[in-house]
Amino acid sequence: MSSQHEINPEELNAIIDLIRLQYGYDFSDYAPASFRRRIARCMSTAGIKTAYDLKFHLLNDKPFFGWFLQSITVNVTEMFRDPAFYKMLREQVLPTLASYPVLKIWHAGCATGEEVFSMAILLQEEGLLRRTRIYATDLNPANLERARTGIVPLQHMRDYTFNYIQSGGKNEFSSYYTARYENAIIDKELRQNILFSPHNLVTDQVFNEFQLICCRNVLIYFNKVLQNRVIHLFYDSLSPLGYLAIGMKESLLFSDIRDRFDVVSATTKVFRRKM
Amino acid sequence: MVNEPDLEIIVIGGSAGSISVMIQILSALPLQFPLSIVIVLHRLKNVSSEMNKILSMGRRGLNIHEPDDKEPVQPGTIYLAPQNYHLLVEADKSFGLDYSELVNYSRPAIDVTFESVAQVFGPKAVGVLLSGANHDGAAGLQAIVEQGGRGIVQDPETAEYPTMPRAALAKTQRVDIFTPQQIVTYLESLCC
Repeated sequence: MSSQHEINPEELNAIIDLIRLQYGYDFSDYAPASFRRRIARCMSTAGIKTAYDLKFHLLNDKPFFGWFLQSITVNVTEMFRDPAFYKMLREQVLPTLASYPVLKIWHAGCATGEEVFSMAILLQEEGLLRRTRIYATDLNPANLERARTGIVPLQHMRDYTFNYIQSGGKNEFSSYYTARYENAIIDKELRQNILFSPHNLVTDQVFNEFQLICCRNVLIYFNKVLQNRVIHLFYDSLSPLGYLAIGMKESLLFSDIRDRFDVVSATTKVFRRKM
Repeated sequence: MVNEPDLEIIVIGGSAGSISVMIQILSALPLQFPLSIVIVLHRLKNVSSEMNKILSMGRRGLNIHEPDDKEPVQPGTIYLAPQNYHLLVEADKSFGLDYSELVNYSRPAIDVTFESVAQVFGPKAVGVLLSGANHDGAAGLQAIVEQGGRGIVQDPETAEYPTMPRAALAKTQRVDIFTPQQIVTYLESLCC
């Protein structure tokens, strides 16, 4: 990243204020180190040299904001990222969830859906998919649009197949998608109980009650204050004894309600809401 | 060796051919080493890994820790950037993780951590760049030097893959070119 696109903390605050007032997205409690890097990267790609120019574009060019939102929010995702986590889900979490007649799962910050599709495959193999409703949410409308198509770039499928096998997958991974040109489309049957819908963890509230919430590698973009708020939101959205899964390097340590969760797996970061 | 009492952090980046040098450095390190050490290695993702144990090989009492998000950067502690994340440091000297695009085909990328450390620690940082087969770390080391920190590059003659040290030297000359043994001696000199 070239240093000519560095913006100082005051400029960063001014940009965050502008976005909030103009477009309603609130980034003020995002973790600054990563967020500043995102903005610098964005400016460099767009050939914008100063914070002043960036503000000018944000104010006067709505399509630019759409692109900007897409680039500053991190939309990287993989199928079966951290195979150990999916193995743990399969072996320890899903068997207990099987006792529910109807299952509700929330993927918060689902990006383009790769983790949601992974979950659907897991549920299918454990015989739970047909009675599960998956709510997959993201703040970024472009991500949701992409996720609804069920299309995953083919180039990563080899990695994903490896992950799937590591996670204890039971079938041919290729039986879950159809490859065409550069893309793979995830089978419709796997996707029929998934509802992709906008939700912003910063500003939106509880909308249902879930037996499992997956929010992996989203909290890392938030500062401690916002992390704590979002963990409250998850607690309030979980049924008693419902599970919360966060990223392998995320923690509940900085939340004031960490005592209201039991640790199910310290290594794969799965927690369970106490009664 | 010059007395550098204000140093707080050593960041070491390495790629292909760097692990043996990393082990050499770490195993020679005094156990009471007072500064924070952050290691960024190009490594595989989505496999179970005991890289931290490999690096502390043959050294009892040496604990290498992969930090969680928001964990404070403590003195006297050795950290290893976790697989499949970029590792950054916040202004309050806590770690921040980032699961964004690869940088220089890598995540963790050395540039990302080095640049972030340069911003937060300025002249209190030392960056060490070891063997590797790509250009990661060159811009980061330059950032550390520009912010008043010290840059050290493994002597390309001693590197299994000299591309990475050479790329750094092409970007900035204001660095020391050290053999692995000189790196060890330098770090020892910071201890007491």
